[in-house]
Amino acid sequence: MLRVAVLRFPGSNRDVDALRAAERAGCEAYFVWHRDTNLQSADVAILPGGFSYGDYLRSGAIARFSPIMQAVQRHAAEGGAVVGICNGFQILCEAGLLPGALVRNARLSFVAKPVDLEIARTDTVFTAAFAGGDKVRIPVAHGDGRFVADRGTLDRLEAEACVVVRYLQAGAGVEPNPNGSDRNIAGICNPAGTVVGLMPHPENAIDPLQGTQDGRGFFTSLAAWQSLAGRR
Amino acid sequence: MTFRVHVRVVPRAGLLDPQGQAVDHALGALGFTGVKRVRVGRAVELDLAAASKDEAEAHARRMCDRLLANPVTEDYTIQVEED
Repeated sequence: MLRVAVLRFPGSNRDVDALRAAERAGCEAYFVWHRDTNLQSADVAILPGGFSYGDYLRSGAIARFSPIMQAVQRHAAEGGAVVGICNGFQILCEAGLLPGALVRNARLSFVAKPVDLEIARTDTVFTAAFAGGDKVRIPVAHGDGRFVADRGTLDRLEAEACVVVRYLQAGAGVEPNPNGSDRNIAGICNPAGTVVGLMPHPENAIDPLQGTQDGRGFFTSLAAWQSLAGRR
Repeated sequence: MTFRVHVRVVPRAGLLDPQGQAVDHALGALGFTGVKRVRVGRAVELDLAAASKDEAEAHARRMCDRLLANPVTEDYTIQVEED
């Protein structure tokens, strides 16, 4: 069974949601505290959403220096799977595991609502269960979600197919890009597809009570990726 | 010796700064004229022990590169005063 470590920083608040979503997808999931120094043989490390260290200084800026992040860096360097959701994405960018940065939403307000997304790349640890071009509706909840990078970095992300998920353009019946992200980017990965960060919250879209279950595919992707990787 | 170090961090030029824009609009609404541009960042004040002013500045620069500023989105300036 796939072992999924869900990291907990002071101020994490989607940690339980991420754990449940991974369990429902058939994974063996457990929490790892930020002061711990190893991931206990995890196949996947998930950095959940929330406000680690109160978002002091910048979102993710202090969490990246937590002891557990050294283990995450090692895990990623060895080709291990790492997923950052919302605040977790911010931490991965601050840690240099993914390029770019997440800054204040273009319209300044905190945005908490469902958005429409397109899956742009499917051979990643967090999207392997999707087909390219699949559309999903899942919620966002962030104040600092605008993905920015210099033009060269953006061009490289596109050239290397490292854009994983995009917000849909505005249109009839569409909940579009909520934060002004460059090139409608909602999630990116490293070239290998083993480190993925995204702003929306698939862990909050796995149950009929949550209005949409479109988030389930992200968590079933974890095992789908593993069997895909096993075949290589 | 102790030095007082003032670090100013501002959004990089060219990057959309919605806070700066909002303040710009608010100043205009209050009747302040002549404002050409507003950037909103943050100030960090440190009291720093160092052997010399140069050493204090070099030390602060490393702090900025490592933690106080994000090299992707922010620029910083450092000003050192003898305490």
